[in-house]
Order: sequence, then structure tokens, then C-alpha cells
Amino acid sequence: MSMTRVLICIALMCLVTYIPRVIPVTLFRKQIRSRYIRSFLNYTPYAVLGALTFPDIFTSSGHLASAIGGTAVAVLLGFWRRSLVEVACAAILTVFVIELFI
Amino acid sequence: MFSTAEFKQGLAAGMPIGIGYVPVAFTFGFMAVSGGLPVWAAVLISFTNLTSAGQFAGTNLIVAGAGSVEVALTTFVINLRYILMSLALSQKIDAAASLKERLIWSFGITDETFVVASVGNKTLTSSYMFGLIALPILGWNAGTLLGGCISQVLPEALQNAMGIGLYAMFVALIVPAARDSARVLLIILIAVAVNCLLMYIPAFSFISSGFRVILATIAASAVGAFLYPEESGEGGETS
Repeated sequence: MSMTRVLICIALMCLVTYIPRVIPVTLFRKQIRSRYIRSFLNYTPYAVLGALTFPDIFTSSGHLASAIGGTAVAVLLGFWRRSLVEVACAAILTVFVIELFI
Repeated sequence: MFSTAEFKQGLAAGMPIGIGYVPVAFTFGFMAVSGGLPVWAAVLISFTNLTSAGQFAGTNLIVAGAGSVEVALTTFVINLRYILMSLALSQKIDAAASLKERLIWSFGITDETFVVASVGNKTLTSSYMFGLIALPILGWNAGTLLGGCISQVLPEALQNAMGIGLYAMFVALIVPAARDSARVLLIILIAVAVNCLLMYIPAFSFISSGFRVILATIAASAVGAFLYPEESGEGGETS
């Protein structure tokens, strides 16, 4: 992994995270009126996380079977509103255990 | 003018957020380092980003070998919601807050600090805002460092199972929201469907993974905004 690329990526991430936070409180200081734009902005985090997760999660471990098992556990625990940490640990453990039997 | 009383009030309000950030950041540091990043890079990401979903996604792409433009665009799309929060806060900020102060504390606007700052009718002074963001910043960085260091001493078999960890965290972010709102569920399903179409239809194979996600996001959010434009209270919480 090239550390130059990593550093450039981190610098860009920093910039694009800071800009949406800083511009409105320093420059605009006005409300967005359009409910379409407001809704669009509200929906983007869910859409982006959904697209990042599926279908890639199914190829995230050595085998499809363990990935499906881990995903099922994650979805179930997420549905029960368990914390990020619990969901991540449970999914990892599930994959680990299933991989032992493959 | 700096007010110690306001600063302390902010510290007290930010303390539960800071404590809550430690385990989440721990998991992030853990995942980033088991994905192949050095500990210092994981901490640098947390220090310069101070956000959950955006930096998880960006780190995911960095580890996957994506180009810097994809990383930046994806992170930017996820962070667009901060425009709304920052705009909402701008209505409540003490008019006396200087530009320099705004430039500094706006870095600390997160989903959680936004919620704490925006409840109630309190006028937000810069002293309060500095206090509010201090402990969340500390918790986020300390948690990342700890998680990154512990990740290095784990057995390899367990590290291989870690690949699903970040994705599981994404699942933990979207499933509760989808449970609460059928609209959010529909938008997630559209995004996944568009992503799959772009991925599996050979004609679209020239589109890289990062841009695929961006296109899916824009399509799904646009459909959502067109169908359900009145969503106002829900949908802003991701971390």
C-alpha cells in the first residue's frame, strides 16, 4: 500500500469533511428552503451506506457461506438496535466460527 | 470573549458523547489496522475527520485500493448532511462569535454534537461550542489509537474474519433507520439495486467501485427526495 496515496486520500477526506461543516456557519448563515434539497441531503447517508455494504459484504470473508452467516447476524442485531460495536463483534465471531467448519 | 462557565457547560454536555465515541472509534481503529493501514494512519484519519460514516467509508475504499478522487467524492457525498446541520446551528449561534472561532469549532460538528447543541433554546456561544467538542475529539482519537494497537497483536485467523467488521458496522447504522422508516428502507433498497445493476451488467463494467456507489447514492436519494420531499424530522442521524 503506497503511503503517499494514503496520505493524499486522508488529506482529501479531511477537506471534504470540513467543508460542509464550515461553509454554512461562516458564509451562508441562511436556511435551505427547498424541501427537495433538504430531503435529498437527509437521505444520502443511508443510500451511500447501503450501496457500500451490498453486495460487497458477501465477498468480505473467505467464503460466501460465512459471509452470509455474518451478514444475517449483523442484520438481526441491527434490527434489535444493538450498538455498532456489538454488531461488528458478533458478525466477526460468526464468520470466524463458520470458517472453522469449512 | 471567553467564558469559563460556558466552556464548562459545554464540557458537561459533551462528556457522554466523548465516552460513547470510545468503543466506536476503538472498532474503527481495529478495522483500519487489520485492513492493512498503519496505526498512525488510522489515528490521523480520526484526528482529521472526526466523523463516523464518512471516515469508515473512505477508509474502506483506501484499503480496497480505490483512487483518491473516488475516496474524496464518496466521503463528500456522505458528509453532505453536515451542510444541513451546520445551517441549522448557524441560526442559533451567538452573533458575537468571530469568524476565527467559527472556523475552529465547526470542525467538531458531528451528528451527536449537533443534536446536543440544537436541543433547547440556548444561544450557542463559542466558549460553549469549544467545551462541547473537546471530549468527543479526545474520545474519538483515544479509542482509535487503542483499537489500532490491539489489532496488531491478534492471531491471524481472527484477523481474517475481521473483513466483515466495517460492513457489519454499516449494517448497524442503516438497519435501525430502515426499521423506523419505510422511506429510508426503500431508498436503501434502490441504492443497493442500482449498485448491483452497475456491478453485474457487463456494459457498465468500466465504472469503478467508488463511482458506482456515488451514482447509486445520487439516484436513490433523488428518487427519495422526489417521492417523499417532506421528510424533515427523521433521516439525519447516522452515527
